[in-house]
This record gives sequence, structure tokens and C-alpha cells, in this order.
Amino acid sequence: MTALLMFPLFLFRLVLQSAALALSQIWVNKTRSILTTLGIIIGVSSVSAVIAAMEGMNRKILENFEMFGTRKIFIWPEQPSSGPQKNAPTWQLRFEAKHFEGLLEHCPSVEFISLIANAGRVPGRYMNRTVDSVSVTGVDASWFKIENRPIVFGRPFSMLDESQGRYVCIITAQLRDKLQMDRDCSGQIIQLGINSYLVAGVVEDKPNTGMMFGGSDDPMEAYIPYTTAAKLVRMPWIRVMASCRDSTVADEARAEIRFFLRRTRGLRPGEPDNFGVFLMENEVRQFKEVMGMITLVAAGVVSISLLVGGVGIMNIMLVSVSERTREIGLRKAVGARPSAILTQFLVEAVVLCMIGGLIGVGFGHLLASVIANSAPLMEQTQIPAWAIAVSFGFSAFVGVVFGMFPAIKAARLNPIEALRHE
Amino acid sequence: MNSGSRLIEICQLERTYVVGAEKVRALRGVDLSIRTNEYVAVMGHSGSGKSTLMNILGCLDRADKGDYLLNGINTTRMSEGQLAHVRNRQIGFVFQSFELMGRLSALKNVELPLIYSDISFWKRRRMAREALERVGLGERIHHKPNQLSGGEKQRVAVARALVNQPSLLLADEPTGNLDTATSDGIMLLFEKLYREGQTIIMVTHEVDIAVRARRIVRMRDGQIISDLPTEKDPARPLRDGEQIGGER
Repeated sequence: MTALLMFPLFLFRLVLQSAALALSQIWVNKTRSILTTLGIIIGVSSVSAVIAAMEGMNRKILENFEMFGTRKIFIWPEQPSSGPQKNAPTWQLRFEAKHFEGLLEHCPSVEFISLIANAGRVPGRYMNRTVDSVSVTGVDASWFKIENRPIVFGRPFSMLDESQGRYVCIITAQLRDKLQMDRDCSGQIIQLGINSYLVAGVVEDKPNTGMMFGGSDDPMEAYIPYTTAAKLVRMPWIRVMASCRDSTVADEARAEIRFFLRRTRGLRPGEPDNFGVFLMENEVRQFKEVMGMITLVAAGVVSISLLVGGVGIMNIMLVSVSERTREIGLRKAVGARPSAILTQFLVEAVVLCMIGGLIGVGFGHLLASVIANSAPLMEQTQIPAWAIAVSFGFSAFVGVVFGMFPAIKAARLNPIEALRHE
Repeated sequence: MNSGSRLIEICQLERTYVVGAEKVRALRGVDLSIRTNEYVAVMGHSGSGKSTLMNILGCLDRADKGDYLLNGINTTRMSEGQLAHVRNRQIGFVFQSFELMGRLSALKNVELPLIYSDISFWKRRRMAREALERVGLGERIHHKPNQLSGGEKQRVAVARALVNQPSLLLADEPTGNLDTATSDGIMLLFEKLYREGQTIIMVTHEVDIAVRARRIVRMRDGQIISDLPTEKDPARPLRDGEQIGGER
């Protein structure tokens, strides 16, 4: 029982002694040790830099997703691939406003919903200033919340605007500036096509999401209540955008919407859906998956250099074993068990690799900061803590794997021959 | 002095090496018995098997046939780890070329066997210091081997051999690399250790070293050809008035 308790202590002491011995051995051969660990240094620094770059890109793109809105749900009519409506004309499948009445009450995971209908492109005029083409879109008041585009001046659409289909509009800041209106132009009247509208408010321009999601949309936009648009366009083509309360309930929100729409669109059980529900969250998930794979593959490829470094370690350990044959012989003669010799050389290889790993992480950090300054997409490049742990662990692992053969060789030396070695 | 218990009991020991296609019978049936606190010299020309016998006695090597009992325990079928333990606790080696580690101080060199006995740091220090004092090097403990003379190096080696209080001190040509005066110093040290109760086996081919022991075992072609107390050995120092004769 005491032996069982003492054994871990003994092992700990053995490893500690071996580590101290290894450090002194490495210190004696400073130049050689540094040159030997060069492979490990390069390996670890490139692995950590690659992981840092991939992680930085990942975070930047996810941030873009976030800006675009990861809770968004898109709903549109879709021709089913089978069933009675297989080849139905699109006008039969079109959405009608009544399909969505009461959806919010029946779908607890859905936070906002907005119908969207294009009301065409028309010339815009304010006083004597004109803009050739303004895209007019009918939306619900909640659309601005779903799109996360705050109204900076004025007010959103009111209940009355919506229920009465009033001629009010919310215009983008760009359109306002183009028409040279006041900064807060709410309350003024502009002409869009043949109708005059009261400007209820000004909405921020679409945020620039960089290279993704088409940030450079036509900024000349005016939004009118959906009900108003429905009066202008006889049979509007309705698209629907919604948002779920939280990205974790995205799947629930989709299921609820499907259940609700199947009922309001009169689909019988077994009939396929004649509409599509698309989750932004799915996109994010897929992106994360793909990005994770790419990171793994890239790190894997780069870690091959770590293996090459390991071969260097093995080489120098073999040299060390043959240089110190007499020492090994003496240690055996005074009572070192083969396991003690094995531990000594294995620990030396591992310590060598860990030192290389430490320097490598330092260089990787330097590399990462260089990458971070190279492109805006890379600006978030930095080595995550787990990458440091992984590259450290991996270099220790390389030390064990490639140090094993020389250590076994040392442990198996015949003490008599070792002492006779010249 | 042969009153101690039996320390070494060797029975029909045989050892054969294969060198290339040739078989070398280094030991051809050796019987030997040594009690505690004996001082034995093993003599013989090179190839007589004395080194092989030494290696087996020191548990560095194992015999092919026969038995070797050390302190009543048969070592013939021990594993490598068990043999290492026996070497660590029961045997102290002194080599012809000292085999000190150049990077380490005298004290650290002496500590070496204790590292493999799982003894704590401070206790190791103390034991190593005591061993160095015992060989008369109490004040040079922090010197490195290249700062020590040959005789001092061998004293450090002896201290290292003694540090674990082994039952057997095995010296392989301990004075082979030393001049006569220094050799004499080492031999005086051995004499002192022997008087303190240490069992010593010493391999040598120098007669004037061998006669310092109390018993001389002579070997030739893997066999013991004579095993006599030093007074009866032909190599004994001449007593007053004795005539020169015999092998001398």
C-alpha cells in the first residue's frame, strides 16, 4: 500500500531530476540545442500563425454575419418538387398577406415579421431637385428592427400609417442628401413617382459589410408601409422576412413557421411545402463548419514541418546517446535502471521540444502581428490560447515520439560495453 | 579475519562470448567463496577471465551456467532492473580510469548512486559529504574533476563507490592510471577501509599492488589456478632473512 502511494512520488522526483539534468545538458550544448530545435521553432510558429490567421478571418467574417443579422429568416414561395402543385404556375403559389395574419401569436420563437413588396423604381423630387431612380419598397414597421437599421431622425411607421395605408415614407440618408433636404427632414413632403409622400423619418444607410452580402446596394431607397404598397401594386409579389428571438431557437422558429403556413396555405398532410423557409443561422453554421475544416487541414499541413523538426530532434538525441555512452555505462553501473535512463533521455528530448515550442509560440506571435497588419480582413489575427496549448502539447508529443527511439537505445546499452566505449 | 558470514558464493560459473563466428569461453567453471570483510586480489594476464569474473561479481553481466549467490541471494536469474538495484545497494565500483563526470563537482559525482536510490536532496548531500570525508577529501568537495589530481580523482571515485554503504567494493585496476606514490596513497586508503570492515575485491596484474590484499586469487584461461592467503602466495613480500627464489 505504501509502495503504491510512494510510486507517483518516486516518478515525479525522477522526472524532476531528469528535467534538471536535461536543462543542464542543453545549457552545455547551447548552440547545438538551438539549431536542433530550429525545426520545432519553425513548425510551432507556422502552426500557431496559421491558426491565428484562420481564426482572425473566421471572427471577422462572423462579425460580418452578425452585422447582417444571424437571426434573420427568409420566407418565399417555392414550387414543390412533387404533389399536385408540382408544376403549378407561380401566380398560384404567390404569398398573400392573409397567409401571415396572426403568425406572431402562433409562433412564439419568432420575434418580428415583415411583408416586403417592391413598388418599383420611380423618379424622386423634392422642391426643384430630382433623383432619376428611387427604389420604393413596401415594408412593415418591424422590418427596420429585423434589418437592424435604426431610424435616426423622425419616427417609424405608426399603427395608423399601416392600417390606413397612408402615404408616408422613410428615406435613406443618401437619398436625403442627394435631394439636399434638411438633416432632419421629417415632416417634409417629397414626390416619388406620381404620389406625394410625407417623410416620416430617415433611416441609416445599409451598413457596409465589406466584401460580403453586397454592401454596395443602391443607396437611393425609400420605404413605405406595406399596406400603401399594396394599394399601388395590384398583385404584389410578397417576400417575407422574419427574425427569431435568439439564434438558438432558429430551428424551432422555422418549424413553427412551416406549421403555421401549411395551415394558412391549406396544405393537406403529406403534401410537400409550397414555400421555403431559409435560416441565416444555417448559413452561419455551415460557414463555421467549413472554416473549422479549413483551419484543421491548414494546421495539419503546416504541422508536417513539426514532424520534420521531430526528425531533427531524434537525430541530435542519437548523437547525444553515442557521445554519452560512457556516462550511460557509469550510470548503469552505479544502479540506474533501464527505465531511469529511458526517462532521462526522453525528458531531455521533450524539454528540448518544449523550449523550441516556447520560442516558436513567440515567433508565431510576431508572425501573427505581421499578418494582422497586412489586410483589413486579417486585422483580428491573434493566437488563441487553445492554439498555444495545442502547439505546446504537440511539440511535447513530438518530443516523446521522436525521443523514444534514442531513449530506448540508451536504456538498452550494455553497461560493460558502454564503459569500454571510446 | 575469515570469520565473517559468506558474502559471495560462486558455483561452477561459466560464461561464453560469441565474437563473430568464434566462441570464447571466458569462464570455464569457477568456484569461489568470499566472506564479509575479506580483502581479495584477483590476478591474471589479459584473457585470463578476471575481467569477466569481475563483471559478473559486480552484477554487470550474468553467467551462462552456474550460480552466483550474493548475500545468500541468487542473482543468476534476476531481471535487469533487479540487477540494477543490487548494483546500487550492494556494490561499489572503482574503475581504472575513474569514470567521473567532468561537468559535475566532486560532491555531485559522489551523489550519483544516491539519485537512483530515491534519497532526498539534503540527505544525498550529507551522505556524499561524509563519503568524501572518509576518503580524505572533505575540503575539495566543490572542485570539478579537471581541478583534481589523479589520486584525488580516484579518491572521489572511491567515495562514490562507498556512498551507499555497499557490502562489496569492486576495484578494477584501481591504480592502473596512477604513479607509484599516488598508488601507494590509494592502497593505504584501501587498507584503512578494510580495517573499518569493508569487503574489497580488487583486480590487478601488478604484483606489488596485489600483495596489499590478504588473499590472492590467480586465474588463467578462465579457471582459478591458485587461491591462497597472501603469506603463502609466491608473490608475497619477502620476509626478513628469506632467500630469493620461486617465481619471484
